[in-house]
Amino acid sequence: MPPAAATNSLTGPTNWANKHRKWLFAAPAMAFVGILIIFPLAWTLYLSLTDSQGSVRAATDFIGLENYMTVLSDVERFWPAVGRTLTFTGIALVCEVVLGMGIALLLWRPFRGEKWVRVAILLPLVATPVAVGMMWRLIFDPNIGFANQLLGAVGIPAQPWLSGQDTALGTTIFMDVWQWTPMVVLILLAGLTSLSEEPDEAARMDGANAFQRFFFITLPLMMPTVIVAILLRGIDALKTFDILYATKGKGGGSFHEVETLNVYAYGLSFDYNQYGLSSAVLILFFMIIIGSMWLLTMRKKAGSK
Amino acid sequence: MKRRSVMKYAAVAAALSMGLTACGGSGSSDAKESGVVRVTLANHVWTEGIKAAIPEFEKSSGLKVELTQLGEDQLSDQYNVKLNAGSDEIDVMMYRPLQEGKAFAKNGYLADLTSKVSSDSGWDWKDYQEGPVKATTADGKVVGVPIITEREVLYYRKDLLKAAGLEVPKTMDELEAAAKAIKAANPDTAGFVARTGKSAAVTQFSSFLYSFGGDFTDSSGKSTINSDAAKKAYSFYGGLIKNYGPANVSTDMSWPEAMAIFTQGKAAFYTEADSLYKNATDPAKSKVADTVGFAALPAGPAGSKPYNIPSWGLAVNQASGNQDNAWKFIQWATSKERTLAAQKAGVPGPRASVWANSEGTSTYPKDLAEAIAVSAENGIGHDRPEVVTVGKAREIVGEPIVASITGADAAAAADSAHDAFQKFLDSEKK
Repeated sequence: MPPAAATNSLTGPTNWANKHRKWLFAAPAMAFVGILIIFPLAWTLYLSLTDSQGSVRAATDFIGLENYMTVLSDVERFWPAVGRTLTFTGIALVCEVVLGMGIALLLWRPFRGEKWVRVAILLPLVATPVAVGMMWRLIFDPNIGFANQLLGAVGIPAQPWLSGQDTALGTTIFMDVWQWTPMVVLILLAGLTSLSEEPDEAARMDGANAFQRFFFITLPLMMPTVIVAILLRGIDALKTFDILYATKGKGGGSFHEVETLNVYAYGLSFDYNQYGLSSAVLILFFMIIIGSMWLLTMRKKAGSK
Repeated sequence: MKRRSVMKYAAVAAALSMGLTACGGSGSSDAKESGVVRVTLANHVWTEGIKAAIPEFEKSSGLKVELTQLGEDQLSDQYNVKLNAGSDEIDVMMYRPLQEGKAFAKNGYLADLTSKVSSDSGWDWKDYQEGPVKATTADGKVVGVPIITEREVLYYRKDLLKAAGLEVPKTMDELEAAAKAIKAANPDTAGFVARTGKSAAVTQFSSFLYSFGGDFTDSSGKSTINSDAAKKAYSFYGGLIKNYGPANVSTDMSWPEAMAIFTQGKAAFYTEADSLYKNATDPAKSKVADTVGFAALPAGPAGSKPYNIPSWGLAVNQASGNQDNAWKFIQWATSKERTLAAQKAGVPGPRASVWANSEGTSTYPKDLAEAIAVSAENGIGHDRPEVVTVGKAREIVGEPIVASITGADAAAAADSAHDAFQKFLDSEKK
């Protein structure tokens, strides 16, 4: 705080601004959050309690929780979409963290050509998801795609990939892993480089082998970083939309093979124009994300104790 | 990463409300006419022609044209957000009368053009074909001007037919027999290909449905997709693709994918909209450009009954403060001369005069012009259920198509789709 005399010498608005400067400086950021996040969220919440459809400017009735009842009792589209969202996120996340950890460990120690290898590994990360979707869609085309020609060359019969009812989701998970493992590598590598060498050296002196050193020394020390990686990647994976839409289109394919909650909500509002219902799905989806985030941060706090 | 998440919040989780509220303020337009006409068009051969000619319009009218061009899906999304918000940022819009027309008219997005279309006898509204005019009229008011019409025709490979010693199929049975024979003789070539995506296939399936004697609804608006005729049509269309289609056929194909298979020389027969014929005859896009032939849709038990519809039209945004200038643009873009020029560039027009004019069909392959003439005569005026929420209806009635393609019981799928469709129709009546 400035001396009292100085404060008193200021007058009017300047004095007011000085007194409230912490609010003043934070105001632009708060306004940004308010306009871009809180307001749309509140509006979505409001829409989810109405029967808004067709046009949002049309007259709507307040129908309470009816949309939520409809959505939660919908076993044809909603619950399978929840299942797919969780399957997609779960499998992709496990693959990305395990692979990411492996690659990060390989890149940890300096070696010749390190720079080039790092650049090559990070390449998928900088590609735009829609372009990635289109690229894999061409590669996985069942008739003229490269993947099946490659399989054919080694005598394996052609696979349906994205066009198969049972294989589509797996194929999109593969694409997600391909694109986002580098990000996990990046985060884990940052964590690894900040580790101090002493515990590892001490264990080495005590005769611990590589596996023991990894599982009992490196991994526990790395846990906070791993959780950050899981948190960031997990939330993003839950919300995946671009590659699913680019490869399978509206509704996640003719059998809704890759219809996750995001794709479902998009279809409800942009194809069916059922804004009330769509908003209810989005609010539930938002709660799922908040819920999983909360679980993970709890785990993080427990881990750091 | 941070940016990505913020983007996603904005774009997906709350795209709707964002767009609505952000633009909400600008909805109340002042009545002043501006010298700039903002035109939103879809990617189409028609658009390419107009784009090249716009300087002409700007010179003669003294107006400036601001053009936005988008793919079909992006265009729909744009309209959904902007028109929903009552935005006046769009003056002229290209729209699909059968897909969005009813919903847009119901929501009051489209300006009433009735007095405008009848004001200019030189431009001549009476020259327009009856079917397209019906599709751009809502509650007795003209709300759009049709620009492109299409009918389903049979694309086929002359060389494959000749090699197999077959005639061009005139009936559905002959089509099936020919597809079977060609597939058997050329294991790498499909006998038949067509759209397979649940929603995308509906329009091309509709002609099969009519030719088998069915329709989506009856005159009282009740679902008829479980009729015997409809069940036969479902199992025939799906069966053609399942039995004689490409190996490992995807169930997500719309026209670009199906067209690619045909133009790569991987299929003998293909049923598709005639307005896309340039994709097959242009040597830059098609490996089979010199061997592709066209014929009217083969006749089913009820005859050859392809759809004959206006696929695109131009309308004026009700919220636009620039409606008179918007109309000037439409008047120019749909004039007899422009329609003839577009038709010669490969876009089948909605004006009777361009079809009566021998110049109008001079650039068309002869067999295609004949097929179009036949189809225009027997055509049905819709290619999808005539409802407000067409997107949802297409998914429902498309279900049995996909079931049939994947070898499931088409009749059972039609029965369950019928129940869902009837429920949907009832909910729209409310």
